Amino acid sequence: MKNFFISFLLILVFSYVLQLFLPWWSMVILTFIVGYSIEQKSYLAFFTGFIAVFILWAGYAYFLSSANDHLLAGKVAELMKALTGGKTSMLFLITGLLGGVAGGLGCLTGSLTAKLRT
Amino acid sequence: MKYLKLLVAALLTLGIVYIGNSKLGPVPPLAKFLNPFTGFWQNAESNAKPNDVQSNLDGLKEDVQVYFDDRLVPHVFAKNDEDLFFMQGYITAKFRLWQMEIQTMSAAGRISEIVGEKALDNDRLNRRIGMGYGAEKAEEFIRKDATSSKLIDAYCKGVNAYIGSLSAKDYPIEYKLLNYAPEEWKPIKVALLLKNMANMLSVFEYDIENHNFVAKYGMEEFRKLYPDFIEEEDPIIPKGTQWNFTGNQHADMNGVITDSTGTLSSISLPSSTLISSIIPKPDEIEGSNNWAVSGSKTKSGKPILCNDPHLHLSLPSIWYEMQLVSPDVNVYGATLPGSPAVIIGFNDSISWGVTNGGRDVRDWYQIKFKDASRDEYEYKGQWLKSEKRVEKYEVRGKGEILDTVVYTKYGPVVYDQNFGEAESRNNLAMSWTAHLPSNEFKTFYLLNRGKNYGDYIKALSYYACPAQNFVFAAASGDIAIKEQGRFPIRDKATEQGKYLSDGSSGKDDWTDFIPYANNPTIENPTRGFVSSANQHPTDTTYPYYYPGVGVYENYRNRMINHLLSENNGIDADFMKQMQNNNYNLNAAEALPVLLSLLDKSNLSKEEQHFLQLLSKWNYYNNPQEIAPVYYEIWWNELRKLLWDEMADKKTPMKQPSFYETVKFLANDSTSPFYDNRQTDAKETRADIVAMSFHRIKDTLAAKEFTEVSEPYETDETYKKDDLNPRDWGTYKDTKIEHLARLDAFSSKHVYNGGNLGVINATNATHGPSWRMIVDFGTLKRYVVYPGGESGNPGSKFYDNMVDTWAKGEYYVAEYLKKGEDLGNKKLFELNFKPSK
Repeated sequence: MKNFFISFLLILVFSYVLQLFLPWWSMVILTFIVGYSIEQKSYLAFFTGFIAVFILWAGYAYFLSSANDHLLAGKVAELMKALTGGKTSMLFLITGLLGGVAGGLGCLTGSLTAKLRT
Repeated sequence: MKYLKLLVAALLTLGIVYIGNSKLGPVPPLAKFLNPFTGFWQNAESNAKPNDVQSNLDGLKEDVQVYFDDRLVPHVFAKNDEDLFFMQGYITAKFRLWQMEIQTMSAAGRISEIVGEKALDNDRLNRRIGMGYGAEKAEEFIRKDATSSKLIDAYCKGVNAYIGSLSAKDYPIEYKLLNYAPEEWKPIKVALLLKNMANMLSVFEYDIENHNFVAKYGMEEFRKLYPDFIEEEDPIIPKGTQWNFTGNQHADMNGVITDSTGTLSSISLPSSTLISSIIPKPDEIEGSNNWAVSGSKTKSGKPILCNDPHLHLSLPSIWYEMQLVSPDVNVYGATLPGSPAVIIGFNDSISWGVTNGGRDVRDWYQIKFKDASRDEYEYKGQWLKSEKRVEKYEVRGKGEILDTVVYTKYGPVVYDQNFGEAESRNNLAMSWTAHLPSNEFKTFYLLNRGKNYGDYIKALSYYACPAQNFVFAAASGDIAIKEQGRFPIRDKATEQGKYLSDGSSGKDDWTDFIPYANNPTIENPTRGFVSSANQHPTDTTYPYYYPGVGVYENYRNRMINHLLSENNGIDADFMKQMQNNNYNLNAAEALPVLLSLLDKSNLSKEEQHFLQLLSKWNYYNNPQEIAPVYYEIWWNELRKLLWDEMADKKTPMKQPSFYETVKFLANDSTSPFYDNRQTDAKETRADIVAMSFHRIKDTLAAKEFTEVSEPYETDETYKKDDLNPRDWGTYKDTKIEHLARLDAFSSKHVYNGGNLGVINATNATHGPSWRMIVDFGTLKRYVVYPGGESGNPGSKFYDNMVDTWAKGEYYVAEYLKKGEDLGNKKLFELNFKPSK
């Protein structure tokens, strides 16, 4: 459990800092490194990357959108109706899922790579 | 097993990164677009009050202050003109970057670089009509004027300074949706933007349509349906005004005036073949109103000037409102994002506004090439060498495509074996005054700092294309209007330039131009006002010939002139009501004719009800009225049945104007045009009037349109609380569409009145794109436009003025004098210092 929290916090903090300066997929490299360096069961590694990036992406999106009274989110939700059904809430969910899955897969790949040593 | 798991996980990871970063057809790269660090969430602008910012900027000479008022209108204070234009570029880019770039990309025929092959045809058209060619010539010409050159460069530097300050997260949302990045802003883009405007306003020539009509139905019918002048017209220069020059005065390309006499010959078409290649024309006319009233008719004793250009309604709006102040100038008004200076506006001495002149400035010539190489073409019995310009397209997802455009002495061969309707294979070359060198920027630069009538006339002398009616008023009391543009001298006997011309004969070349001094002008007329609303500029006594088939209409002009001549003691409130006047003069003249021709037996109960409402209608297209819906359907359906002869897209012809149609219906009882060619029966006038009336209920049923209550019989413009869900305002369904046609970024179902031919010329897609009233008595200036100062759909300033506009209300422009500040109207300020 300790490794989970450490991984989770590392990803949350450092992927935030990293993405301020680098493209979004830089966080996939970070989750890979965390997954590789901190030993966890594979499914837990995936979950760690997933939940950390999910919270970061959806949370940061929500933070930005709140200051905008969700004006733009509403329009983009309508624009991407096929994905969101026109619902703003779906847009946060999709944003979180997309980041989460990418982060989770990166972490999982790292963890599986580490397991090759044993 | 370990390896397999790893392989799968690694592939999935790479896959999601790759797909998340790639544009899939029209879908943006999802992870790139949705991630909150660089994706669209960054465009969700905070609604909190922005802070004042102090920053250093490379390229400035001295300090510049920009104050934003509560509508986000920037008031730019610079200490020299270069800094002023630099900052105009910088600030415009800050709020309208995507718009200004996409418009110039469109003009340059480069949209296929962004959206792929679907834009290629339109790109090719824009290049084949020589937009790039014209812009290059304009830029070259502008370079000869040191001031223009310097200031346009400063503007571009400002735009680039802003672009240079951006990182990917700051790009406007449209870049993120379409997955591309802004490029450097070059001076040619300013020229392209002006050519774009010229193109939009130059399409009102009908050479090929006229040719087709004459070839098919003969000259006699043509004269009846398309007269050059309307007898009952109320032209811009009042009827009976004396001209102090003759039609023999010519000017050459450089404006040198000479005298000559035209030769007489008769009208002949180069061939009787019907032509199908044609530049797409707007279905409806992009008109405009402007007028100025002298102190003799106003309450304050000082002039009032009004202008509302009617254009395609779009978001971001075509206009960007600004105040620009330097030691040399203090001007306020509507700017065109991407082009320096104020286009329509005022300073403390003068005010000016524009409407489309609509004169024919584009002629078509049939070209005979010697052989398939198209290296030579026939001209006066000789073979002349053509020039070729290879246009290169970088089509997204497809790679490079080349297209050769052949240039003749007339201009580019727009339609040939490679472009246009394949079956006709005509080689059609186009002459267009926008291909001739000119510097329209200088006109606006000079108007911005103009002080009097003399300055206004001097400023206009730099203006060539598109033809515009410039209205003018000065604080000193002068008013004036001038139709300005470069117009080829046309032979009246051959009606030169009205039909497709034979390019091999050399008879229809443009050789001389009308001297600018002889363009229709009037200063301080005795009637106390000047006005224009896209009618003919003159009556038949004007010494120069111009084709009269075109943009010209005969409704708004008569309404405006009627209201202005009948009233005295005019103030700004009167002008506001006038700009929002919904009286439909076309309906007032057509409906009694239609009602008298309608067989009223055999009407269903529902139709009797239509008839009753139509008979009681006061002819106002107010939003809450119901009768205008019935009239609109009846009138449109009737014209479809009546002018079905001109509906075949394969042989384009122009439908006669509304005004001619009403006259025709009232006076001609037996014309063969009444017969609808789709049916076996031979229809009469009464038949098609009845048929179209019966279509009212069908059209309403098709639109699931049912009336729910009685109309309001008032001429008040707006009553939102009493909104009827199925009334004119709802039926008309005005939409202010995003430039990329994204519904989610458009203002839909805008509720207001108006129609084509009505002073408030709002219909589903077009309308007053900027309303301005400048009162030199109270020194108040009222402005509004259907949009907002920010081009960001994520800003509350994106469309915040739409409701005000729809209601017919205005804002008072915060025209600051030097040293004045906005007081409690100030939202925030930006202070710039030159970088050390």
